[in-house]
Amino acid sequence: MSSWLDHTINGLIVGNVYALVAVGLALIFGVSRLINFAQGSIYLVGAYIGWIAVVQLHTPLPLTIIVVAVAAAIVGLIIERFGLRPLQNSVRIAPLLATIGISFVLDQLVMLIFSPNPRALPSQLPDVRFQVGGGTIGPLDLLIAGVGLTSALLLFVFLRYTKLGWAVRATAQDRDAAMQMGVDVNRVNQAVFGIAAALGGVSGMLVGMYYNQIDTAMSLQATLKGVVAEVVGGAGNVPGAVIGSLLLGLVESYGVAVLGTSYRNLFAFLLLVVVLVLRPNGLFVSARQAPPEPLTGTFIAPSRPVNIPRWALLAAVAGFAILPLFPVSFYVLQTLINAWLLGMLALSLTLVAGTMGQVSLGHAALLAIGAYTSALLSLTLAVPAGLAVIGGGLMSAALGTLLISPSFRLRGHYVSIATLAIGEIVALVILNWESVTRGPIGISGIPPLALFGYDLISPTSVYWFSLAVMVVLALLQGRLLTSHLGRSFRAIRDDDIAARAYGLSLNRYKSLAFIFGGFAAGVSGGIAAHLYSYINHETFNTQQSILALTVVILGGLGNVVGAIVGSVALVGLPEVFRIAAEYRILIYGIVLLLLVRFRPQGLLGTV
Amino acid sequence: MEKQLHAMLSLRGLTRRFGGLTAVDTIDLDLAKGELISIIGPNGAGKTTLFNLVTGLDRPDAGTVSFEGQDITGLSPERLAAEGIARTFQLGRVFGNLSVMDNVLIGAHTRLRAVKPAVPVIGPLLELGLALLRPSRVRAEEERLREEVKAILARFGERLLPRIDQPAYSLSYANRRRVEIARALALKPRLLLLDEPTAGMNPTETAEMQGLVAELKAEGLTILLIEHKLEMVMRLSDRVIVMDEGKKIAEGPGEQVRSDPKVIEAYLGHGLSGTAEQESAA
Repeated sequence: MSSWLDHTINGLIVGNVYALVAVGLALIFGVSRLINFAQGSIYLVGAYIGWIAVVQLHTPLPLTIIVVAVAAAIVGLIIERFGLRPLQNSVRIAPLLATIGISFVLDQLVMLIFSPNPRALPSQLPDVRFQVGGGTIGPLDLLIAGVGLTSALLLFVFLRYTKLGWAVRATAQDRDAAMQMGVDVNRVNQAVFGIAAALGGVSGMLVGMYYNQIDTAMSLQATLKGVVAEVVGGAGNVPGAVIGSLLLGLVESYGVAVLGTSYRNLFAFLLLVVVLVLRPNGLFVSARQAPPEPLTGTFIAPSRPVNIPRWALLAAVAGFAILPLFPVSFYVLQTLINAWLLGMLALSLTLVAGTMGQVSLGHAALLAIGAYTSALLSLTLAVPAGLAVIGGGLMSAALGTLLISPSFRLRGHYVSIATLAIGEIVALVILNWESVTRGPIGISGIPPLALFGYDLISPTSVYWFSLAVMVVLALLQGRLLTSHLGRSFRAIRDDDIAARAYGLSLNRYKSLAFIFGGFAAGVSGGIAAHLYSYINHETFNTQQSILALTVVILGGLGNVVGAIVGSVALVGLPEVFRIAAEYRILIYGIVLLLLVRFRPQGLLGTV
Repeated sequence: MEKQLHAMLSLRGLTRRFGGLTAVDTIDLDLAKGELISIIGPNGAGKTTLFNLVTGLDRPDAGTVSFEGQDITGLSPERLAAEGIARTFQLGRVFGNLSVMDNVLIGAHTRLRAVKPAVPVIGPLLELGLALLRPSRVRAEEERLREEVKAILARFGERLLPRIDQPAYSLSYANRRRVEIARALALKPRLLLLDEPTAGMNPTETAEMQGLVAELKAEGLTILLIEHKLEMVMRLSDRVIVMDEGKKIAEGPGEQVRSDPKVIEAYLGHGLSGTAEQESAA
């Protein structure tokens, strides 16, 4: 009984923390219909600024809170001014990609400055526990509750009684009307980003103190939790976000009590998927809303793809095919093998995100499914590696499509959230389903690639094999794009309402896109598993999903040749310039931001 | 009852509420085969919402829609497209990154036979397989449809044919409306719903569009038309229905409706700019 109360208190406290993140997300969504994927990064920045204040500057607690709030707000203002405002009249996909890029840049900067090792963030409050009923409560719990309630109250007063607050609410209701009535929408955006960032930063600091530990992995977790809470409460609904957060905190706390800590996130993501499927508008909005406003403008940047003559493509493929016959180093071949593997993933993502318009952030999960299937097939059932790889592709196509299918009724940002969550669920299942996946130990001793009984061990043979597989997949995808299916996919991407009015079933065609794309990604993962000979739940992570997304944007959304050119460029150029590994992700993030801002159609143009 | 038996489309008590607002309020309507009915009314009268209810993009709170004697209330837009109901959209919904040809080919999607095998469960996989392998009957069907699209585009004179391979986003506003109508025609519709086909068109273009709609009517197509330009409405319509605040306030031949005091009040009583013609010109 006492532990029950403890779990309830813990759930409410954690929920309070989520609420600080989620309220910011809800405010931003309200005024700009944008899910800010960088919210977790601001939370991370807040935690580290808190660490500087407490450990280096020895500020007293009230001052620490103020320093963190102000510094985080400044970061928020910078994001709004330089990251998002220039994209106001851009295509719909642009701000979504921008916040993803900003989040990666911020996380990497923090990691480079403070190192990825966890740090202790001491609480500045006395360590005592009070007896409350059957449970206990500490001063930090009270502080978190107090900060949560105070912020809610201040926000309420701001929105209800100040002129700028009215402007925020007016903009949230009808942006165009607000503009016509003389509301300075840029100022509203600034205000909202500033407030959201301040709340997010303080929240990060409080969590750091609560667990007495901060590390760079906090960012993605916070974004996901905040988004889950916000979506549960109904996107853009500020009170809903608070209730959604408390609910999420309680669900997690009780879930952990019943099943253990490693299941904490699983509950959060399952809650998200269930809500997205059953009540996509959130728990507190009536399910039937006015149909969404007509979407004018295009989802991806309109452009004409660069037309590359067939002979040039043939020459390029032939050139790469005969490369190993020349005296090139093992290192060059290894780099290009990586590029071909990434190329397969990029082909998959460019089909799904570019041609179909479903910006998937969980694509690494498809790699993982393919890799685990292929590895387990060859290890436990002694299936030859060549066949096992195909099995991995098929499993990825089938299971991936099944897992992602709840997101088929969603649009834009929601697809990205859902795929991100589904990707996390796959990683968590791999970690926890020890009887099959061997859990955290991972799978070792995966046999090398083999074709018709011959082991492919030499770098040259692996190089040829992966190049050949990628070229075949690219040719198939090119053929798909010129068929009626390519036309149908692109029509659904450009306007799903008009597409439905002409008989295109969204479920059917999104499934087909994911089946085809899932196969390519699964094959890539399968080959990687046999190449690495060891995989675990962290081999295929969100960074690869983001890398693939950058490749796809670089090459041009939906562009098959672009996906491969992008892969070679993003794998090859850092090697050519010998850029240290820890700076690469930062550079990918910056490349993504620059592309979205200055060349949204990519190098070879969107298709 | 005689009327209902022959009606291609029948609406009975169709109602749709958004919160406190009743956008469509117990509308009855019978559209006979080959008939052209225009729906007019001030902005916000619920005309487009009515179209959304008929085409399955929105579901009514009450009432029924039947098409050729079959109850189709609440069916999905995909199903209704397959039944032969095609529509254009008020604000223009072309597929921006698709060429004119591809836009119109999407209109023929429900008619694809060779590439859309009607096999349960594995049908989609067969569709994927056929799209990749493309046996000769698939290519032949695609070729036939392309020729058909060119014939449809030829109905718009030299407006669209020279731009057949251009992406739709590069077209003028009026040409996008034409692409939408071409797309609707490619479905070989039994019922065509046109939502302000002449919005944003100049008088010459409007006259062209009026000629085309008259041609379609002469070919026996059943048409439901939302239009602000009364001149066109009067010339084309067999009957006119006037909506205001979700309700049907008048119904009948054009001239009769035009002089109906309730209709005049609906337009003038809202303090709008006078007549509907001026309103649409604005």
